[in-house]
Amino acid sequence: MQKKFSSDRYDPLSTERDALSRRTFIKGVIAAGTVAGAAGLMTGCSGGDSSGGGAGSVERLVTINVNGKDRPVDVMPNETLAHTLRNKLGLTGTKLGCDRASCGACTVMIDGVTTYSCSTLTHMVRNKKIVTVEGVGGPNGELHPVQQAMIEELAPQCGYCTPGQVVSGVALLQRNPSPTRDEVRHALSGNLCRCGAYNNYINAIVKAAGRA
Amino acid sequence: MKDMMPNFNLVQPTDLASAISLLTDAGENGWAIAGGHDSLDWFKDRIKRPTTVVDLTGIDSLKGIRETADGGVEIGALTTLTEVELNPIIKEKFGLLSSAAGRVASPQIRNKGTIGGNVSQDARCWYYRSGLDCYRAGGNTCYSDTPEGMNREHCLFGASRCVAVSPSDTAAALVSLDASMVIQNSSGEKVVAATDFFIGPAIDIENMTILKPGDVLTAIRIPATWAGAEFYFEKVADRNSWDFPLVNIAAAIKMNGSTIEDIRITCGAVECVPKRLNVVEDIVRGSERNEDTANLGAGAAARGAVPLNYNHFKIPLMEGLVRKAIRG
Ligand SMILES: Cc1cc2nc3c(=O)[nH]c(=O)nc-3n(C[C@H](O)[C@H](O)[C@H](O)COP(=O)(O)OP(=O)(O)OC[C@H]3O[C@@H](n4cnc5c(N)ncnc54)[C@H](O)[C@@H]3O)c2cc1C
Ligand code: SF4
Ligand code: FES
Ligand code: FES
Repeated sequence: MQKKFSSDRYDPLSTERDALSRRTFIKGVIAAGTVAGAAGLMTGCSGGDSSGGGAGSVERLVTINVNGKDRPVDVMPNETLAHTLRNKLGLTGTKLGCDRASCGACTVMIDGVTTYSCSTLTHMVRNKKIVTVEGVGGPNGELHPVQQAMIEELAPQCGYCTPGQVVSGVALLQRNPSPTRDEVRHALSGNLCRCGAYNNYINAIVKAAGRA
Repeated sequence: MKDMMPNFNLVQPTDLASAISLLTDAGENGWAIAGGHDSLDWFKDRIKRPTTVVDLTGIDSLKGIRETADGGVEIGALTTLTEVELNPIIKEKFGLLSSAAGRVASPQIRNKGTIGGNVSQDARCWYYRSGLDCYRAGGNTCYSDTPEGMNREHCLFGASRCVAVSPSDTAAALVSLDASMVIQNSSGEKVVAATDFFIGPAIDIENMTILKPGDVLTAIRIPATWAGAEFYFEKVADRNSWDFPLVNIAAAIKMNGSTIEDIRITCGAVECVPKRLNVVEDIVRGSERNEDTANLGAGAAARGAVPLNYNHFKIPLMEGLVRKAIRG
C-alpha cells in the first residue's frame, strides 16, 4: 500500500503510521493466529466448540468478496461479519461499538446497501459484494471525496464512529449524488456519534456532494 | 460483550418446503432467521439458544411485492423494510405502511430487517430481554409491574400478569389496513387476520404472535379496501432514530365530502397487541372531520386505560395523537 500523505504530520485517516503502531501489531497477531488456526482466538465460543456446526450445517471454508477481492476464509456458522472482517481478514477499519445494531460503528456496504456488520452472519452474505471503509478510496490509496471533505471539515472528534459515517456517506452519494442536507441527515441517522460531531459530518458530506 | 455467540447449526435452504421441514424437525430447538436484528441479540445474550438456525433469506419466493387481482398487494415476508418503504405501489395505495416502515429503527436496520421479522419480533421489555425468569420467560413473576419496577414503556391496556407492549411500527399500520398474514407449515397454508395474528398474554404469555415452531410467515396481504384512503402515521419515541415507539398511531380515513365515511385507527405500544380503537371509530364515523370531532374521538381514546407507575404520560400522548390523526 502506498503512503497517503508525504508529510509526517498526524494523519487521522492513515492506516499506516509507525511501523510498530498498535494497529500493525494487532494485525500481526491476527495473521499469526490465522496460520495457527483462527479458532484459537475465539474465546467466547460455547463449550470451546470450534468445530463449527454439525451435519447439514454450512461449509466453513468460503470465499467472500471484500473490497473487490475474493478472500478465502474460515467462517463459523455463528460468526458475524464484523468478526470476520476484523479478526480474520485484518480489516480493522470497521469498528465495533455496541455489537447490538444500535450505534453504526460497524457499518459496511453489502451490494451497495449500508448494513450493520455486527448484526449480520457472514454466511448470510457470503455471495454478496462487501465494501468496508478500507475499500471506498481509490486503488492507490487516494481518499474518497467524502473522506477528503471530512478532513477539511475537521469532522471527527474522537474518530471512533468515523468509518461508519464515511461508509454511510459514500453509500448515499452512490445512489443520490446531490442530496439535500435533510437527505444527508436521514442517511446518517443510523450512525451514532458519541462526541456529537453530527453537524461536521453532515457538512463534509454536503461538501463532498458538491464536488462529485 | 464482543465475544462470539454460542454455536448452532446454520442451514440455508433455498425453497420453502425444505425450510419448513428443517424447522419442523428441529421443533423447539429450531429458529427461523431473516434480517437477524432481533434474533442475534437473543443469541449473543445467551438467552435463546437454538441448535438449528434456518436462514430464510435464500428463499426467493418469500421476497418482493406483488399487486393482487383484487387491487390489493401481497408482500413477501422476507421483503426488507426499506423496500416496503420505497415501493411505488405501496406508496401510492397504502402510504400508511410506507410511512410506518420508514420510521422503524435506523436506515441500516431497515435495509436488512424484514417486514416478516418486524411483525414477528419479540417483546422489548428490558427485564425479559436481560434474561430474567419473568412470566413471559416461563417464570412466575413480573419484574416490571412492581412498585419499584420500571414500566415507562409498558402497557395501558390488556395486562394479564405481563405488561409488555407490541413494539412494532408496521403492526399498527397493518391492522388499520385490514391486512392478513399467510402462514405455512407442514400441514399446509392458513391465512389469518392481522388482528388474530398478534396475541396478548391472556392467550399465550410466552408468545406475541400465533406462530408456532415449524410455522413460516410467507406473506402479508393487504386488501384493496383502504387503497388510496387518507392516512395518518405518527410515532413518538425518545429519540428520532433507532427507538421503539412509546406510542404510535396509524389511521386510515375514507372521506365523503367533509364527512368521515369510514375510519380505522390503531395505536401501537399501548397493549401487547396493536390496539384497534373501535370506540373512537364508532364515535367519529359519519361526522364532519373537524376539531370538535377530533376532540370527541380523543376523549374516548384512552377509555379503560390502567396506567402503571411510570407510564401515565401515555394517556395524554395517545389522546393527542388520536386528535391529530382525526383532525388531519
Ligand atoms: C436497535 C434496534 C432498534 C429497533 N427499533 C425499532 C423500531 O423503532 N420500530 C420497530 O418496529 N422495530 C424496531 N426494531 C426491531 C427491528 O425492526 C426488528 O428487529 C426487525 O424488523 C426484525 O426483522 P429481522 O428480519 O431483522 O428479524 P429477525 O431477527 O430475523 O426475526 C425476528 C423474529 O421473527 C421470526 N421470523 C422472522 N421472519 C419470519 C418468518 N418469515 N416466519 C416466521 N418467523 C419469522 C424470527 O424467528 C425471530 O423470532 C429495532 C431493532 C433494533 C435491534
Ligand atoms: S412485563 Fe412481561 S416481559 Fe416484562 S418482566 Fe413483566 S412478565 Fe416479563
Ligand atoms: S457495533 Fe454494529 S451497530 Fe454498533
Ligand atoms: S467522533 Fe467520537 S463518536 Fe463520533
